[in-house]
Amino acid sequence: MSAGTGAGTGTVPSLEVSRLAYAYPDGTQALFGVDLRLERGERVALLGPNGAGKTTLVMHLNGILTAGHGTVTVAGLPVGRDSLMEIRRRVGLVFQDPDDQLFMPTVREDVAFGPANMGVRGAELERRVVTALERVGMLQTADRPPHHLSFGQRRRVAVATVLAMEPEILVLDEPSSNLDPASRRELAEILRGLDVTVLMVTHDLPYALELCERSLILSGGVIVADGPTREILADPELLAAHRLELPYGFAIPGGAGAGRAGAGGAGDM
Amino acid sequence: MGAGHHHRLHLSGDSLVHRLPPQCKLAAVVCFALVVVATPREWFGLFAGYGALLAAVAVIARIPPGFLLRRMAVEVPFVVFAVALPFVGSGERTPFLGLSLSVAGLWAAWNILVKATLGVLASVLLAATTEPRMILLGAQRLRLPSLLVQIAMFMLRYLDVILAEMRRMRVARESRGFAARDVRHIPVIARSAGALFIRSYERGERVHLAMLSRGYTGSMPVLADPSASSRQWLAAGMLPGVALVALLGVWGLA
Repeated sequence: MSAGTGAGTGTVPSLEVSRLAYAYPDGTQALFGVDLRLERGERVALLGPNGAGKTTLVMHLNGILTAGHGTVTVAGLPVGRDSLMEIRRRVGLVFQDPDDQLFMPTVREDVAFGPANMGVRGAELERRVVTALERVGMLQTADRPPHHLSFGQRRRVAVATVLAMEPEILVLDEPSSNLDPASRRELAEILRGLDVTVLMVTHDLPYALELCERSLILSGGVIVADGPTREILADPELLAAHRLELPYGFAIPGGAGAGRAGAGGAGDM
Repeated sequence: MGAGHHHRLHLSGDSLVHRLPPQCKLAAVVCFALVVVATPREWFGLFAGYGALLAAVAVIARIPPGFLLRRMAVEVPFVVFAVALPFVGSGERTPFLGLSLSVAGLWAAWNILVKATLGVLASVLLAATTEPRMILLGAQRLRLPSLLVQIAMFMLRYLDVILAEMRRMRVARESRGFAARDVRHIPVIARSAGALFIRSYERGERVHLAMLSRGYTGSMPVLADPSASSRQWLAAGMLPGVALVALLGVWGLA
C-alpha cells in the first residue's frame, strides 16, 4: 500500500529534518541542530544512549513538540500548525508501552480510532481495520479488550493502530523492549514485511542490525554517526564514545572483513 | 493481568431486556427513579407496586434474585445512615422495644430506604443486562457531555492496568518485609497511594500524546452507534410508564 502522496515519489524523501534544535520550557536544551534524511522505503535505526534526545526528536516528527529552530518535512509537507492533521496521518508513532497506545474498549475500536479521526467511515473504515490487523496477524482478536491480550500481542496491535492510518513513515519507540524472544522475532518478521519507511528508535543493537541497513547515532542532541548499520556496529570506539554496547558474546556476523558467509541473522534486504 | 472478574456487575444473556439498546434502558432507569422519588412516602402500596415492576423486569431478564441481592451491597452506607435517623431525630417520639424513637426520624428513614433501594435495584438491573461499554455508548447517544463519557470510558479501560500496578507495588512492599499491622504503617500506604496517583497521572499524559498522534481533536469518533426503534423505546418505556400511570392514578383518587 503506497500512501500516494502526489508526484515525484522518487525524489521526495519520506522524512527530512534540517537543523532541528529544541529546548524544553525549563531551559534544558535537548536537541542542538539535527539533520537527517530518510528516503522512501528505507528502514533506519536511530540509536543513542538514554537521555540523548531520541524521544524529543520523535515528538517533533508528528508535531507534538514544535521546533524551536529548524524544520521537519514529511514527504514534502513541512510540519506546522496548519498541517498537523495531515502530518499525523503521515507519521505513525508506535509508543513504547502498548497500554498507552491502546486506550479504546476493544481492539477493533482502537485500530479504527486513527482513521475515524481522519474522517474515514463505513465500509472503508472496516477495510482499513481488517487490513491493518491482518498485516500484524491479529485479526482474530478484533473484538477483545486490549488488556486481555499478551504483551507481545498488544505491541502488534499497537503497530496495527498506526498502519490503519496508512502512514508514509512508521516511527517505533523501542519496539523490542519487554518482548520475549519469540514475540521479538515475530515483530521483526512483521516489520520486515511492511513496505513503508521505518524509523526505529532503539538501543537494541542486534535488532537494529537485523532490521535496518542504515543506522544513525543521536548523542548529546546531535547526529554523530550515519551509515550502514554493519559498519557502525563494527566500530567499538564509536559505540563506546556514545554509551552503546553490543550484548555480551555478540559479534557482527561476517563483520570486520571475515567474509559475509555467516550473515544469518542480519537479513539480506 | 488478573482480569478474570472484570464484568462483576454484568450477567450476559439474551433476554428481551438484554437486547434493548442501552440508551433506552438508561433513560428508562432515570425516569423510573424520578417517578419513585416523586412518590409521597405515605403511599406504601405504590412502593410495593414499583418493587413488583422491578421483579417483573428481573424475571424477564432471567436475573437470579441472589445475584441482585449481592450487588445491592453498594447501598449499605445509606442503610447505616437511615438506621441512625430514628435515634437522632427530634420532635414527637414513640416507644419501640424499650427504645424511644423519633417519629419524624422514622419517616425520614423509611423514605430514604425505600427510594434508595428501588433506585439501586433498577441500576443493578441495568448493569446486569448491559455491558459497561454499551452503557457508555448509550450515554453518548443520549448526548451526555462527551468529556464525562470519555472519562468513564478511560476508567473502564485503565482500571485493570492501575489495579495491576497497585498489586505490583504491594508485592514490592511485602517483598521487603513490610506488613501493614497498625496505624503507624498508614504513612507508608499513603505514600504508595501518592506514587500510584503520580504514575497514573503520567500515564494519562502519555495516553493523551498517543491520542494526539492519531489525530484526536477533542471528541471521540462515534463508531458503533446503537440505534433504537420506536418499538424498543416503547418496550423500555413500560417500566417508568406503568410506574407513572400508577402514581398519577393514586394521586387522582387521593
